[in-house]
Order: sequence, then structure tokens, then C-alpha cells
Amino acid sequence: MSGTTQELDARGLNCPLPILRAKKALNGLQPGQTLRIRATDPGAVKDFDAFCKSTGNELLSSEQNGGEYVFQIRKH
Amino acid sequence: MPNAAEKLSGGIASELLQQHGAALDAWFDDRFARKLKEVEESKTPSLAIIATKGTMDWAYPPFILASTASALGWDVSVFFTFYGLELLRKELHLEVSPLGNPGMPMKLPFGPKWFQGINWNIPNAVMAGVPGFEKLATSLMKKTVRNNGVATIQELRDVCVGAGVNLVACQMTVDLFGYKRDDFIPEVKDWIGAASFLPIAQKSDVCLFI
Repeated sequence: MSGTTQELDARGLNCPLPILRAKKALNGLQPGQTLRIRATDPGAVKDFDAFCKSTGNELLSSEQNGGEYVFQIRKH
Repeated sequence: MPNAAEKLSGGIASELLQQHGAALDAWFDDRFARKLKEVEESKTPSLAIIATKGTMDWAYPPFILASTASALGWDVSVFFTFYGLELLRKELHLEVSPLGNPGMPMKLPFGPKWFQGINWNIPNAVMAGVPGFEKLATSLMKKTVRNNGVATIQELRDVCVGAGVNLVACQMTVDLFGYKRDDFIPEVKDWIGAASFLPIAQKSDVCLFI
């Protein structure tokens, strides 16, 4: 398993941009690599959960940090 | 008339069913449910959208849904017909009209928070009579979109094009309104009619008219 983590800053972006940007970033990763996303859109919490369920990528964590949301997704 | 052998085997079968029918049923149901789940899980979902509106506000639903579905790995087709063809122009000139649209909030995207919260009640007669009112409303809407980190239509369309969304256009509309195919982006995959789009819609899991 590769430990590489890529960062994606989706702060200030609204639905569906965080998902679209994340999808684009995941396209550039190898299976097993992790994408860490920072977002401010509260809708992203449910959206990333649904996104991972339908794409088969693994949602490692979904946390709230003040007004910010941090997601970690491992590419399938 | 069944012969003796058929009678015999039929007798055995019905005897077997009588003895093990419930177990056989349970086995079949279980296996069928698992197979069905397997088939469902391995299937790529598909979305077909019919985009019929040519204003900036109505351009959002088809492009948001199409780009998001493509991000989820779905197969997506969008059929642009009538005013929907405006969404495929090389240069997008989409406007928004508050006239006759009582659902549209009339708020100003600048100034202090209390000021931005005011919903200006502008009479239809003013909206219709003041020259350039739609241009003004459009530029205010664009600013609101920017302020809220919402994607532009161009951005969402680019995602759709990049993801290989099947963008198809209505040939009849092109003829009807005297357009040229050259007015539209080259990524339009096909110029078709209702008879060609309906089979795509028939096979899709989700079909939306917007």
C-alpha cells in the first residue's frame, strides 16, 4: 500500500465543485494512494459519503474542524 | 396422451416437489436474490437528460447533474433541444430574466450583510419597462454565483466535455431557428431527432426533462 497523500483545497467552493475537483484529482492517483480534501461546503459531508459509496473509493475519514471539513479518500 | 415413462417421471417429480418443495423454493429464492444483487452491482448506472431551456438559471440543473453523474462513473447523455441549444454555443451568452419569475430572489450581492439580505420587491412593470433590466439582473446573478463559490456554466460544461458526456443536439431545432452547426461546440457528438434519443432514454436508469 502506498503512503502517498495528495492535498486538494476545495475551500470556498460550492456543490458540486468539491466532488468534481476531487474526481479530477483522484484520476491522477494510483490505486491505494490517498487524497486529502479540505472544504467549507457543509453539503460536502453527505456528498463525499455518497460519492465514495458509488465509486468504490474508500472514505477513510470525514471530520469537522471549526468551519472546515476534512475528508480522506483512498483510491480504489 | 402421455406415455408410461412420462407418467412415471412426472410422478417422481411431483413426489420430489412434495417432499422438498419448500427447501427448493428457499434455495432458488436465495440464489436468485444473490444473482440479482451481483448483476445490479456490476451495472454502470446511466442518466439521460433532455435540456430545453436557454437561460442562465436553467442551464445549471442539466450541467450540474450531468457533470456530477459523470464523476460518479455513470454513463451520461444530454439531448439539447429548442432553447436548450443555447447551452452548446461556442460562446455562451446566457441571461437570466426575473420578469414573470416570482420565485427569483431580488437581492444585491454587495454591501453590508443586512443590505444583502433585502429582497427588493420590484414591480413587473418596472422590470419590463426599464431598458437593460435583464442585463443588470444577469450581471448581479453572475456576481452572486462568484461570491458563493458556485461553478460557472462554462466550467460545468467543460467538465462534461472532458468526461466524455454524450452531448447530442436536436437537428430539427437547428433547422427551425436557422442555426448553423458551426455555431456550436465541436464536441457535440451527434445531431439527432426524437426517434434517435428515445431509445437512449429508454435504456437509461434516470431520465430527466429539464
